[in-house]
Amino acid sequence: MAEFIDLVLLAMLALTALRIIFLKDLFAVVMLFGIYSFLSALIFVNLDAVDVAFTEASVGAGISTVLMLGTLALTGRKEKPSTHSTLLPLFVVLVTGAALIYGTLDMPPFGDPDNPVHQHVAPRYIEESPKEVGLPNMVTSVLASYRGFDTLGETVVVFSALIGVFSLLGVRRKQKKDLDSGLESHRVLHVVAKVIIPLVILFALYVQFHGDFGPGGGFQAGVIAAAAFILYALVFGLPKAFAVVGPKFLQWMAAFGVLLYASVGLYSMYKGGHFLDYNQLAADPVAGQHYGIIIIELGVGFTVFAVMLNIFYAFGSQAERSNVQ
Amino acid sequence: MLFLDIVSSILLLAGIFFGLSGAVGLFRFPDFFTRVHAASVTDSIAAILIIGGLLLQTSFDLNTAKLVFILLFLMVTSPTASHALAKSARHGGLLTLAETRPEDKQEHTQ
Repeated sequence: MAEFIDLVLLAMLALTALRIIFLKDLFAVVMLFGIYSFLSALIFVNLDAVDVAFTEASVGAGISTVLMLGTLALTGRKEKPSTHSTLLPLFVVLVTGAALIYGTLDMPPFGDPDNPVHQHVAPRYIEESPKEVGLPNMVTSVLASYRGFDTLGETVVVFSALIGVFSLLGVRRKQKKDLDSGLESHRVLHVVAKVIIPLVILFALYVQFHGDFGPGGGFQAGVIAAAAFILYALVFGLPKAFAVVGPKFLQWMAAFGVLLYASVGLYSMYKGGHFLDYNQLAADPVAGQHYGIIIIELGVGFTVFAVMLNIFYAFGSQAERSNVQ
Repeated sequence: MLFLDIVSSILLLAGIFFGLSGAVGLFRFPDFFTRVHAASVTDSIAAILIIGGLLLQTSFDLNTAKLVFILLFLMVTSPTASHALAKSARHGGLLTLAETRPEDKQEHTQ
């Protein structure tokens, strides 16, 4: 049964990808990308990888769709017809694809229990992490503790995305007052958004602090909290959202998250351990692991929230400006 | 237990029927507003029936509470999304089928 569901989902994934290639209407393409992410999330759920599925659904289907729509508002929704010959790109793609397929021949057989990945690190994490880290959700143990340095790198990547967007666009704070965006007439949206937004923020906090025990963590929580504020900005307009959390504050917040993460590493060095060695944070090593993981997840949550919301601000304020002109 | 299973499968089947009819309507209906109407059937009644059917399959524990929360969330957000979609189309100047074909309208009024 699980194989059948996998086959159906993979077929739908392939169909969606093919449709994305041939469609010229970029608005529909963005929507199909969202569907593609949801299908991937379903496949991850079927593989029992709920943490990955959660991230794919919230980041891939949620926030990237919103950000791509924000980009479309700046660039226009039609793909320009290509003027180049398609033969050379096709040749490059075919050669690269053939090389990749040739490379997979050397890979160990799929799902074989004798594979190196199932022999070496996985048993180590499964057997030792309850004793060494002691969290019920092993994914969080691996992500935040064993692979803490990688996760710091990911957080820095998210932060540098913000730097990239801001060096290209920047947030325009000057808005004209006579903006007729039609938002005033959406009474129903106003009422429902006011009810929904606190619940979404509450859920984000739950995901943030429940990541040690179930699926979730800083990445998902940051994205969900950013989605609540993006909803506010969409329904009530950017100026009002700026009054709640401004772009300047978010810049500081994004930097603060990365610094909080890295300072945990420096503090554990100060205590006499390695970088990000949470055992040094408390007298009891397992308690130290728990403190370390909660603090670095908080840092990740701050950075992801601030970066996603600020990128949306950058796109949104540009689009609003081009509408006025 | 058997009784609950039967009720649950009836609810699930009804949900599947409404979901499929919404999908068919999305493709077959002639203009934007009728299509939104068809899609909102999938969003509202199909989702309610399917989650209702799943509720009866749980053993009334934490999963039940989670499903009830999802149900409440969907019951608030799905009609709002359909409403916002239709209203924005109206705001953007999209006309209904009857309004775009004045000759039909005249026949009706005559």
